[in-house]
Amino acid sequence: MKTIYDVLKERILIIDGAMGTMIQRHKLEEKDYRGERFKDWATDLKGNNDLLCLTQPDIIEGIHRQYLDAGADIIETNTFNSQRISMADYHMEELSYELNIAAAKIAKKAAADFTARNPDKPRFVAGAIGPMSKTLSLSPDVNNPGFRSVTFDEVTSAYYEQVKGLVEGGADLLLIETIFDTLNAKAAIFAIKKYFRDTHQPELPISISGTITDASGRTLSGQTLEAFYVSVMHARPLSIGLNCALGANEMRAHIEELSQIASCYTSAYPNAGLPNAMGEYDEQPEETAHFIEEWAENGFVNIVGGCCGTTPDHIRHIAQHVAAIKPRLLPVVEKELV
Amino acid sequence: MTAVSIKPFLRLSGLEPLVLRPLTNFVNVGERTNVTGSKKFARLIRDNKYEEALSVARQQVESGAQILDVNMDDALLDGEKAMQTFLNLLQAEPDIAKIPIMIDSSKFAIIEAGLKCVQGKCIVNSISMKEGEEKFIEQAIICRSYGAAVIVMAFDENGQADTLRKKVDISWRAYKILTEQVGFDPEDIIFDPNIFAIATGIEEHNNYAVDFIEAIKEIKQKMPLTRISGGVSNISFSFRGNEPVREAMHSVFLYYAVKAGMDMGIVNAGQLVVYDEIEPKLRQLCEDVILNKNPEATDQLLAFAATVKAKDKEEVKDEAWRRGTVEERLKHALVNGITEYIDADTEEARQKYPKPLEVIEGPLMAGMDVVGDLFGSGKMFLPQVVKSARVMKKSVAVLTPYIEQEKEERRLAHLAAGTVNLEGAGAAKILLATVKGDVHDIGKNIVGVVLGCNGYDIIDLGVMVPTDKILETAKREKVAAIGLSGLITPSLDEMVHVAREMKRQDFQVPLLIGGATTSRMHTAVKIAPEFDRGVVHVLDASRSVTVVGSLLNAEQKPEFLRSITVEYQKLKEDFANKRTAKQYLSFGKAQENKVAIDWGTFKPVEPGFIGTKVFDGYDLAAIVPYVDWGPFFIAWELHGKFPQILQDATVGKEATKLYNDAQELLAAIVREKWLKPRGVIGFWPANSDAKDTVVVETGEGPVHLEFLRQQIKKAAGQPNISLSDFIAPAATGKKDHLGAFVVSIEGIEPHIKRFEAAYDDYNKIMLQALADRLAEAFTELLHEKVRKEYWGYAQEEHLGAEALIKEEYMGIRPAPGYPACPDHTEKIKLFAMLDATNQTGTILTESLAMFPASSVSGWYFAHPASKYFGVGKIEKDQVVNYAARKGMPLEEIERWLRPVLEYDA
Repeated sequence: MKTIYDVLKERILIIDGAMGTMIQRHKLEEKDYRGERFKDWATDLKGNNDLLCLTQPDIIEGIHRQYLDAGADIIETNTFNSQRISMADYHMEELSYELNIAAAKIAKKAAADFTARNPDKPRFVAGAIGPMSKTLSLSPDVNNPGFRSVTFDEVTSAYYEQVKGLVEGGADLLLIETIFDTLNAKAAIFAIKKYFRDTHQPELPISISGTITDASGRTLSGQTLEAFYVSVMHARPLSIGLNCALGANEMRAHIEELSQIASCYTSAYPNAGLPNAMGEYDEQPEETAHFIEEWAENGFVNIVGGCCGTTPDHIRHIAQHVAAIKPRLLPVVEKELV
Repeated sequence: MTAVSIKPFLRLSGLEPLVLRPLTNFVNVGERTNVTGSKKFARLIRDNKYEEALSVARQQVESGAQILDVNMDDALLDGEKAMQTFLNLLQAEPDIAKIPIMIDSSKFAIIEAGLKCVQGKCIVNSISMKEGEEKFIEQAIICRSYGAAVIVMAFDENGQADTLRKKVDISWRAYKILTEQVGFDPEDIIFDPNIFAIATGIEEHNNYAVDFIEAIKEIKQKMPLTRISGGVSNISFSFRGNEPVREAMHSVFLYYAVKAGMDMGIVNAGQLVVYDEIEPKLRQLCEDVILNKNPEATDQLLAFAATVKAKDKEEVKDEAWRRGTVEERLKHALVNGITEYIDADTEEARQKYPKPLEVIEGPLMAGMDVVGDLFGSGKMFLPQVVKSARVMKKSVAVLTPYIEQEKEERRLAHLAAGTVNLEGAGAAKILLATVKGDVHDIGKNIVGVVLGCNGYDIIDLGVMVPTDKILETAKREKVAAIGLSGLITPSLDEMVHVAREMKRQDFQVPLLIGGATTSRMHTAVKIAPEFDRGVVHVLDASRSVTVVGSLLNAEQKPEFLRSITVEYQKLKEDFANKRTAKQYLSFGKAQENKVAIDWGTFKPVEPGFIGTKVFDGYDLAAIVPYVDWGPFFIAWELHGKFPQILQDATVGKEATKLYNDAQELLAAIVREKWLKPRGVIGFWPANSDAKDTVVVETGEGPVHLEFLRQQIKKAAGQPNISLSDFIAPAATGKKDHLGAFVVSIEGIEPHIKRFEAAYDDYNKIMLQALADRLAEAFTELLHEKVRKEYWGYAQEEHLGAEALIKEEYMGIRPAPGYPACPDHTEKIKLFAMLDATNQTGTILTESLAMFPASSVSGWYFAHPASKYFGVGKIEKDQVVNYAARKGMPLEEIERWLRPVLEYDA
């Protein structure tokens, strides 16, 4: 069977769209989130989307299948917040490992099904590692800029547990995404490398996706795009890219820059435009697809898809628009300085 | 569409990227945020003034630093915490955090603590192979896990690379490991091929800059993607205090080093002069020195440097006292130990007073009186007194030629007039000597300085002084008192001998006894009875002033001596009474009550080698972390635990000053390799004879080591221990082993001479004390390596320096002549087994003291039950048996063992 490396040489790969947007469509209530198992849980659980892998696995699998059906080569596990630091909001720290295993298994089952049906288009599961609710470079207390609410070791060990669950559940690659504090991402990289060293397994490919928060062109923790890239390239990632916060229109300049400096593959999965006055994303699937098609033609990207507000329809349009376009060529890393 | 081309540049980042391209100029690494390099920064961090400390960082960025070096290596700081606090705060300052951070520490834990705080790509400064490949790889993997580039010091198990060949070879070896085993990209490797001080006056140092520059060229040729860095200010270390010369040297050095391929360096970005703007003569001299163009270059630059007036840039000193009268200034200089202006002030006073001697008797003695009063009332401490003495000596040195000249004139005048010169001898003379066979003289030197400060004329005969020389000199010089010093137990007998001779030759002057091995009890019981004109034990230097004062005062002397006699008489009686109170076992019974060890289950560990291993030199920097500072402060009569003593309410301030001075001197010792650690260790198969003899199988046949056994009656269940109990008896069939070592610190003499020539007792004593500490530290280091590696019976051991000092390790290293094996004569066997004199240059004196004085020897025992203990007093039955075992006449062995004999011999 073809590996992700093989297919990246052949074509532009499609990553799925928003999970949250799709879950919203099911209009789930508190009792749906709780299911039988957590019916007596002390805290409210509505909004804990990652928990649905345990309480509503069919809904999550259904969403994965919609994206696969739309043409996604890569689907992300429903684990954006599935580590103990974020899960502490629901007092569910102890479920972190279980959530990741369950989420990876659900995604893997759906992906394997589609691969079996069409082995020429293998589907891959990206274990999604989100930025978590506490940050390492920023103080939550403006009067005490040296204060940190969490330590590097705590973050690393939370991510380590998440990685273990994702790998054991069957993820094909690990995706550190929506990075707004590079130090958290470095802790995730540290955890991944340590996990594979500890278990003596070959490393899974790592994809890294940062978030440029606004027109300043910097991450929330203050780094320029290139500084961010330099700070994480020791991961030797499969791909580096951008997602979230910006629509495709606003993301273009950054993805162009990244395509010039990154020695690995590049990825981009923007939001469906910027939110409107109601906080909703209303960029239409064709519009998003048009932007991304233009990036593809300019050779900026290897992996494209959608983030907040995007739907299987967006993904289907994107997939169709870039299907015939050659992927960005992997840069040549020179052996000499001049 | 074509593929993008990416060049293998070193890429770093703060909030913004820093890419070192081929046309990138030399990268300035800001050095002021370094507690070891900036006193101001160190003070701010110690005082928790992090906001102000940040302004130091900001100023570095503003004056052009492209990378910020942050170092928190200070014994008074929790380095990890300080590093984290500072870096966390720094992240909130975008105008500073924009540049990459260089995390600088000699402690890897601090480096890692720093790496955990920085989102950008840092440089780690530094890692090296000094602790071996394994540690190096482990640390490199960690650095890579955090995505940091690394500075690799050209340093391996054998020490810091000081030659071109070593610099290149070690760098190459590190490169292969990092790229092939750890997975480093070559561009993330930065080499620091060691910039050492040049123009030190030591010929071997002259080529250091050239070696560095040539090493850069070779490294860049072999490993073109790597980068070169270095601590530039090291090069000019010998010109400390002369900033204009230092800056010129840095600039010239960089001019050539950058041309050769140096990419970055730690420099004070605000203080680098432009090469072309250096005064041409100075520039030429700097070039001669740096490129080692001629043998006179150093002297020429030194001569020129003296003419360059240093501009005080950083510290504004309180100079208000300079406005006082010359008397006030001399007093201030004496009390505060300031040598800076003493020559000029003395000269001014000499011109003011009718006679040069009056300067000494007037303002200088007045100043020293104040020092003596403050010291006597506990308001000044020994290190300060020694500094005051240094000022006094320098001042007197200025006056001496004039005094001599006057004397000569008076002599000639008397001669011409036919009159008799009745000039008195001046101050009372005190003779000091370390007795025959003993080489330790730190304590004696301190006593000399303190008494000197109190107006006495000191005649110091040095170490290993035979009795006849002491007494001859005492007669010839008409001394007022004789002081003897000793550190090892045989010296006690030697002191008794001196006392007897003084009696026989009818000396009338008192005898003072001091030194680590002496005691009031021993003096009272053994020495005082031999000489009836006054024998006084002096506990420490501070007591010496009052004791000598009382003895030399005709009114006080009789009463003082009478009280001492009474006191000693009582001590002697107590001693006799106490002795009978203790119960002793017969030697046979004591042997039966040996340490019970279950040899059946014991698995002796085979040492890594049999025979000896010689360490002809060892990296001092690797030894320094093993230094136990406790005894250092005791040597200076500052009592308290380290490091708490630095914060002590009474002596803390002076202890801290002393410690800082010691650190500075130690840094120079290490950097400029003043001292050479030498050592030899050995392991051999050994078994005990089930009693008190251990038979060691050396290459030259069996050696019988004899050990003494505790004989005092113990509580039920407590053994009467002998070291031989810790070696498996031959009858067990177990093949056990024993080890031995001698270490010594060589090369102190020229530096002592240099300090003596500069009337600098402070640094002389400091150096001696540090050499002693280094010998002990080297012993500690080797013992650790023995446990973990060479013998390897405790490979899993992980102990910090503090745990080492507390001796929390397995196995022991008792020294012949000390409590567990008090017989010094076994040291002869130890030296023979190790061929120690040939291998380390350490010799044994007739009293079996080791020379150089900073030497340590001992046995290695590995058994987990082995522990330190004191043999205590022993009975005649054991001594008779012991003499027979050793084949020595009873009287002779009794002489060596006298301090532990329970009976009168």
